[in-house]
Amino acid sequence: MSAVYFQLSDDQRALQAGVRELLAGRFEREALRAAVDEAGVDGSGARLDRGLWRELGEAGFFALRLPEADGGVGLGLPEAVLAFEEAGRALLPGPLVATHLAAGTVPGAAEGQTVVTAVDGALVEWLDEADVVQGDASGAMPLHSVDPLTPLHRVHAVVPTTAGADNSLAGLLTAAEQLGGASRTCDMAVRYARDREQFGRPIGSFQAVKHLCAQMLVRTEVARAAVYAAAVTADPLDIAAARLLADEAAVRGARDCLQIHGGMGFTWEADVHMYLKRAWVRARRGGDAAAPEESLAAELLLPEKR
Amino acid sequence: MDLTYTEEEEAFRAGLREWLAKVLPGLPPKPDPGDWPARRAYDLGWQRMLYDAGYAGLHWPVDAGGRGATPTQHLIFLEETERAGAPYVGANFVGLLHAGPTIAAEGTPEQRARWLPPILRGEEVWCQGFSEPDAGSDLASLRTRAVRDGDDYVITGSKIWTSHAEVADWCELLVRTRPVSDEVPKHRGITWLALPMDAPGVTVRPLRTLAGSTEFAEVFLDEVRVPAANRVGAENDGWRVTMVTLSFERGTAFVGEVVACRRVLGELAREARANGRWDDPSLRRRLGRLNAEFRALWRLTQWNVSESERTGGVPGVGGSVFKLRYSHARQELYDTAAEVLGPDALDLSREWTLDRLSSLSYTIAAGTSQIQQNIVAERILGLPKNG
Ligand SMILES: Cc1cc2nc3c(=O)[nH]c(=O)nc-3n(C[C@H](O)[C@H](O)[C@H](O)COP(=O)(O)OP(=O)(O)OC[C@H]3O[C@@H](n4cnc5c(N)ncnc54)[C@H](O)[C@@H]3O)c2cc1C
Repeated sequence: MSAVYFQLSDDQRALQAGVRELLAGRFEREALRAAVDEAGVDGSGARLDRGLWRELGEAGFFALRLPEADGGVGLGLPEAVLAFEEAGRALLPGPLVATHLAAGTVPGAAEGQTVVTAVDGALVEWLDEADVVQGDASGAMPLHSVDPLTPLHRVHAVVPTTAGADNSLAGLLTAAEQLGGASRTCDMAVRYARDREQFGRPIGSFQAVKHLCAQMLVRTEVARAAVYAAAVTADPLDIAAARLLADEAAVRGARDCLQIHGGMGFTWEADVHMYLKRAWVRARRGGDAAAPEESLAAELLLPEKR
Repeated sequence: MDLTYTEEEEAFRAGLREWLAKVLPGLPPKPDPGDWPARRAYDLGWQRMLYDAGYAGLHWPVDAGGRGATPTQHLIFLEETERAGAPYVGANFVGLLHAGPTIAAEGTPEQRARWLPPILRGEEVWCQGFSEPDAGSDLASLRTRAVRDGDDYVITGSKIWTSHAEVADWCELLVRTRPVSDEVPKHRGITWLALPMDAPGVTVRPLRTLAGSTEFAEVFLDEVRVPAANRVGAENDGWRVTMVTLSFERGTAFVGEVVACRRVLGELAREARANGRWDDPSLRRRLGRLNAEFRALWRLTQWNVSESERTGGVPGVGGSVFKLRYSHARQELYDTAAEVLGPDALDLSREWTLDRLSSLSYTIAAGTSQIQQNIVAERILGLPKNG
């Protein structure tokens, strides 16, 4: 048996199932809708469920990569990516990435006691609900957030996002969330296409609908390979590639899912719009696509490494 | 998930590199693309060199004459040969990737002994006679008829788009041995036969592609006699036998090409820098995105290969996901090459212009993109048939 084995291990599958189960029990659709109702159209009333945050802490969501000696779970990036994929799939709200990255440095972050957010370019997520803000958020003004479950502030002293290791990791965890969202919207679209009937048959029997679904799966699986590989190598260029593909899979997946839902897809009542809005928010993190595209282009001019 | 190579694998890579560095400079010059006999000789010569060095049929099972290498070693082989600029499989494609593996999986010991060694040694060329004028995407509706007469089948009909037919010794042929009826669905009356291309009654008429060359041909069959011993699998079971082959085609056939595309991407970047187009940020970003694309396709390949290793089977429908994305990415690559070339993109003497033309076949050959999307939607996602 060779050493290159690019599949989830049994432990990784178990972890994936465990996180999915936790979120299905603790943040099911009713909880999601209740949170949205509270938040309002523009996120002005959005509140973090501190009880859920602590439970995530207890489950090791934030301390996942801390060494066991420091009270962490002692796992690696691939496991963190699997957990964040599930969070994205469940549309779990909150500054998950910033808090995860602060575990071990900000007291209480690892345990889910302290909510940490970070200034990201011109934007800050969840500023009012956070206990700790990383970066300079002075003069922050609230936005009417397009995503009800991501309240946003605009900061005026725009600090250009630096290409530090933490930014790269933040990019990877965001890509993992996007992957989860993409995968979920594909499932939602397929289920709707099987159930909804027009012209006396399921709309999923029409090729125009079928091919939209197939493309959703293709984008998701290509993104999955890129995201998982980046989790294994932690290479900044692999992460840049993962980001681009996962953003594409999440945004286009949500749009196609919306299209497949017809008029229902345009309602507040259906969940589809929340996936699209969250995908838009995540796609803005760390700036737009120009930086990763430019760094991947620049690499093409380097002499071959191997 | 593990992407590190073992010492053994690194040693395999090092040995292969050393060998390639030694033999490639001594290769004869590449033949003229229009000279088919020369192309055949060149491709077979390369296969013979691989055989002598112990690299032939790396991924074939040992009892079929292969090396039984791990999937990872096979990937290393495809990666390194492409990187070193070694010849492509070329005319050996069908033998090594379709007909050979089919015979290895479904053939009798005698059939394996007759047909597999010459493929590995670079002595015989195979072609694939599946498509017909009226049976393309709907392959199972094929009509070329084979009637049993004593120890032979007598075959009448015609095939089309048969690549390498002009220089092939053998053709893996699909024929109808039982008429379609209310009781017999179309895919239950098909049989797989090995047809000697020099049999009386076989006529090959080359077809010109849009690139001006003759890459494929029509094959007319007029009462051609083929011994029943040339049948692989049971009579009327050819559809199942064929599906084994097609999943090979979609699973691993494009691995080397992904590596090649990554090399071309680097060449595009250098050309753009040399001619000044690199200063255009939209072009740079397009190239950067393609870099992401081909990195991901390489990872998806590793994922699919590991998956087939895990499930112990031949690569399955996952290959359709790959093929859909790859064929599109390849076309995007050469469209971007055209942007890099500027006015030279209209010059047929530029290699990338010809490659751009060939890339157009990728969304058609080996199952069109529409058919692949049907496969993904129906077999992976479970959406209802009949659109
Ligand atoms: C370069 C090249 C090499 C080839 N080499 C070989 C070879 O060596 N041996 C061999 O046997 N064949 C070979 N082929 C043939 C190839 O497999 C067929 O061209 C292919 O299967 C499509 O069949 P067709 O050309 O008859 O197109 P058609 O099946 O007529 O398709 C025409 C269009 O209709 C669409 N379409 C058809 N059915 C459906 C459907 N159910 N749903 C949605 N859309 C549909 C197709 O996507 C396509 O766009 C080769 C083709 C090319 C281009």
